[in-house]
This record gives sequence, C-alpha cells and structure tokens, in this order.
Amino acid sequence: MYSYLARRLLVAIPTILIVSVFVFSLQKLLPGDPILAMAGEERDPQVLEYLREKYRLNDPIPVQYASWLGGVLQGDLGISLRTNQPVLELIAQKLPVTIQLAIMSMFFALVIGIPMGILAAVKKNTVLDYLASFVALSGLSVPNFWLGIMLILLVSVKLGWLPASGYEPFFSDPVQSIKTMLMPSFVLGNALAATLMRHTRSAMIGVLSSDYIRTARAKGLPEQAVVLQHSFRNALLPIVTLSALLFGELLAGAVLTEQIFTIPGFGKLIVDAVFNRDYAVVQGVVLCTAAGFILMNLLADALYFILNPRMRAAL
Amino acid sequence: MTVATLAEAGTPQQQRAPSRGWRKLKANKAALAGFAIVLFFTLLAITAPLLPIPDPNATSWTAIRQAPSAMHWLGTDDLGRDILSRMIWGAQASLLAGIVSVAIAMLIGVPLGLLAGYFGGWIDMVISRITDAFLAMPFLITAIALAAFLGPSLTNAMIAIGLSAMPIFIRLTRGQVLSVKTEDYVEGARSIGLRHSSIIKRYILPNVLAPILVQATLTVPTAIIAEASLSFLGLGQQPPAPSWGSMLNVAKNFLSQAPWMAVWPGIAIYLVVIGFNLLGDGLRDALDPRET
Repeated sequence: MYSYLARRLLVAIPTILIVSVFVFSLQKLLPGDPILAMAGEERDPQVLEYLREKYRLNDPIPVQYASWLGGVLQGDLGISLRTNQPVLELIAQKLPVTIQLAIMSMFFALVIGIPMGILAAVKKNTVLDYLASFVALSGLSVPNFWLGIMLILLVSVKLGWLPASGYEPFFSDPVQSIKTMLMPSFVLGNALAATLMRHTRSAMIGVLSSDYIRTARAKGLPEQAVVLQHSFRNALLPIVTLSALLFGELLAGAVLTEQIFTIPGFGKLIVDAVFNRDYAVVQGVVLCTAAGFILMNLLADALYFILNPRMRAAL
Repeated sequence: MTVATLAEAGTPQQQRAPSRGWRKLKANKAALAGFAIVLFFTLLAITAPLLPIPDPNATSWTAIRQAPSAMHWLGTDDLGRDILSRMIWGAQASLLAGIVSVAIAMLIGVPLGLLAGYFGGWIDMVISRITDAFLAMPFLITAIALAAFLGPSLTNAMIAIGLSAMPIFIRLTRGQVLSVKTEDYVEGARSIGLRHSSIIKRYILPNVLAPILVQATLTVPTAIIAEASLSFLGLGQQPPAPSWGSMLNVAKNFLSQAPWMAVWPGIAIYLVVIGFNLLGDGLRDALDPRET
C-alpha cells in the first residue's frame, strides 16, 4: 500500500509545481509596473530601483520564479499588503473557521444525500424516486448564494430564528457557534447533498441488482437488512471516496457562502484580498487550496485502497 | 472490404447514432422541458431590444424600491429601475457568459485533448500534467483569481470561466480519442497514408464530438452560475449594466425593505440552470450507447 501511495505522491509533485508556475505567473498578468503600484506617490527613480532590486524584479523571470518558489517551500508566501502580516499566518488564522464550516456542511450533505439516494434506489422508478431526483437536480441548479440570501430573508429577517451573519469560535461558545453556522453549512452542504444523492442512488441500483442481493432475498432476509447491511455496505466504497473529493470542493464553495454570511474564513479572505488588491494573499490562497485539493485526492485514493480488498489484492 | 473503403466507410454505428439519439431525446419529456426553458430565455435575451419594456438603466427617484405592481410587474430596485426590464437584459449577460465561456473552454480544450490523445508520448505527458494542475485548482477560486488579476469586467469573467473550465474538455477529449484511435477505420485511414491532420479532422473529431457536446451542455449552467457568482462578488458585469448576479449583490443590502429585489434574479438563474441541466442529462442519455 505504501508503495502505491508513494507513487501517487510522486505524481502529485509535478502537479503542484505546475500550479505554482500558474500562481506565480498570475502577477505577470497585472497591467502596468507593479513597483509603481507598490511605491504609491513615490516617483524617485532611486527608490524605484531599490524596490526593483529588493523584489528581484530586475532578474530574469525563471530566476524570479526560482526565488519565489524557494520562499514558498520555506513557508514564505509573502506579506499581505493590507495587514502587513505574513500570508501563511493569515491563512492559518482563517482556515479553522472554514474547516468548521466544511465539516458541518459535509454533515448536512451526508445526512440529506445518502438517505435520499438509498430511498430513490430502493423505490426506483416510483414517484419517490422522481421526487428525490428532482430535489437533487434542484440542489445542483440553485445558486448557493441565492439560497443563502433566501434563507436569511426567511429564517432571520421574517422568523428571527437564527442570526443572519457573524461567527463565534467553536471553543469559546459551542452553542452560539453552531447556531451561526447552521444556515451557512446547510447552504454549502446542499449542492454536495445533491451530488451524493445521485451517486448513492446509482451505486445502490448497481448493487441491488447483483446476484448476492438476490441470494440474500432468496434466503428470506428482511428487506431492511438486505438494503442496509448487504447493499449499502457495498455501495459505500464510491460514496466514501467521493466524499473525500467533495470535501476539497467545499473549500472553494466556502468563498460565496462566507461572503453572504460574513464569516471571517478562508473564502472571505480571498474575496477581501481581491478587492484590496492584496495579490500575495490571492496567490497564497490559490496555492494552498490547490495543495489541499491534491491532498484530499490522495486521501480519496488511500481510502479507496483501504476499503477495497480487490484493489489490495491486485497489488 | 479494402482498407481504403474501410476508412471511407467511416463508422456506421456513429452515423446511425444521431437519428436514434434524436428520437430518444424527443421522447424524453424532462429534456424537452429543459429545451423549452432554454429556448424561452434565449428568445427573451435576443428580443430584449424589441420588447416594450423600460430602459433597464433608467433611474427614477420617485419609484425607488416599489413592490410589484401593474406598472412594474416585478417591482423596482434601489435606484427606481424596473426589475423586469433588468432581468430580461440580464438574461443576455448570463446566457452570453455561459455560451462564450464554454466556447473558449472548447476552443482551447478540445484541440489540446486531440493532440494529447492522438500523439501520446511526451505531448500527452505535458498536456496531461498541466490539465491535472488546473483540475487541482477549484473552478471558482481559479476564476476569481484570474478575474482579479485580469480586472473586473464581463469579458474578463468569461475568459476566466472559460480557462477554468478548459481542463474538463482536455481530459474528456483525450479519453475519447484514446478509445477511438484504436478503431479499425482509423487504422485504415492511417494505412492508406492520410496525414495526421486529415485523420484527426475526418475520422477522430466527428467520432468524439457527441460526448463533448453533452459536456458542453452540462458546462453551460456551471458557467452561468460562475458568471452570476463573479458578478455577485463585483468581478463580472459592472454597474449599471444589468446582470442577475450583480442584481443579487445589490439586493442583499435591502432584504428587509425590498425582498422582491432578491427573489426574481435567483429564480431566473435557477430556471436557466435547471433547463440546461435537464437538456444536458437528456442529451447524455440519448447519446449514451449503453442506454440502447
């Protein structure tokens, strides 16, 4: 298993290197001279030259990239122009907020998506199946940020049940923290629930039509045992690996959700950075998200390997 | 049958597929409903300049945040602009963004996928690694970063979304080419000495096009949501030009005073997206040989 994972890790290295080239070249897309933007009102040629030397902008681009990458590998993602804090420190501050949001969203996605998928598969081609499939399609089609706005309108403005925005760290006040995160995590988990529902349904339909399920039924096992113990356990493999992959996507989905509910997380960080022209932060967030995504892919591979005995036997 | 005639005969299965697929599509009620929704919004977007509706950018200080009425069917916004008119003109931005972004993604992605799949070797390795890297960056975050660095505008948003969606088309095309290039008729075309470009154009591309078109139909809604998201964040269509995303961005500040401002643009996005999704699902089922 370790050699298999090591091979996957080796493939991930060039991928992350190419991501780093992309992230580095983003700053080259900026119109105009970055030093003039950095210097503000200052137009003294000596100062501008000093800044060019300091940020190595006189070096050839490959040398600039190598120097930037060297810094990244040592954890130096640059300094935020707005807060003057190291970018890595900023990301480390915001990430736990988004991880809490992602975990709660995943909870909603699993709790809604999997039972709906099982139900749709068991009741295939009935009204229940069509209804569940339509709900899933709607979940995929509704823009998350609009769903968020509508929930704020209904639950917060009209009914006054939950706070419309804000964030409370989990360890300072768990109840309030969960209350503030309920709506955002439902919004974020909604689309994932739809994806999970569709995959669970299709995996379950495949398993339910297999020979060993027919045997289980022929033995006279109760339908509940056939569905939950024999079918669902075998359909779980693609669902678990998909969940790991979706967890990476949650980080991206958090961008809009955090914006609507004013949650000071990773997603809000990139949006604020975009509007403050804090490009080092934008680059840092893209790089870290891609690294997280690759890591989740590796985890999905590992899970698939661990859960699938045929895969282990093949190696 | 000689190799030449084998090559010229093309793929009978593929030639029959469109008519069979069309029949299956016509029988799929959900897909037809999706097509009707897409057609409705497309017609609305095209005929916007001809419709008897107010100027979408005309402000009126006497009609600020008015609820839906006989005068303004969907109400007015914070500057007294007619929401129905802005919704209809906003359909142009959304549909244009969806279609142009996917066209950009296809124009770059499909040729790269054809090259990677057909030639293999180091070309495949380079293109595939770049694709992996792009796929590792979440779609919306890449689009936001690109839109931020390129500058906020609808055109740049379309470029950003197109570039972010491109890897899907590279990977899909490459996979399709890998399975098609081993077919007898491609071998036949190669053996009669046809040039690579001719083989790709005449024998590979037509036979990998169906799944690419299905993917395009399914990527348009993603692109429409991405454009709405970027406009919602202020990185897409710039004010005062209407777009559903930017309308929602303004609307969120007036939820208690003028909830109608937030309701309609969202419903429009939902309907268009579900329309494309239904159509895309129908196309996929119709063109999937396993469904026969």
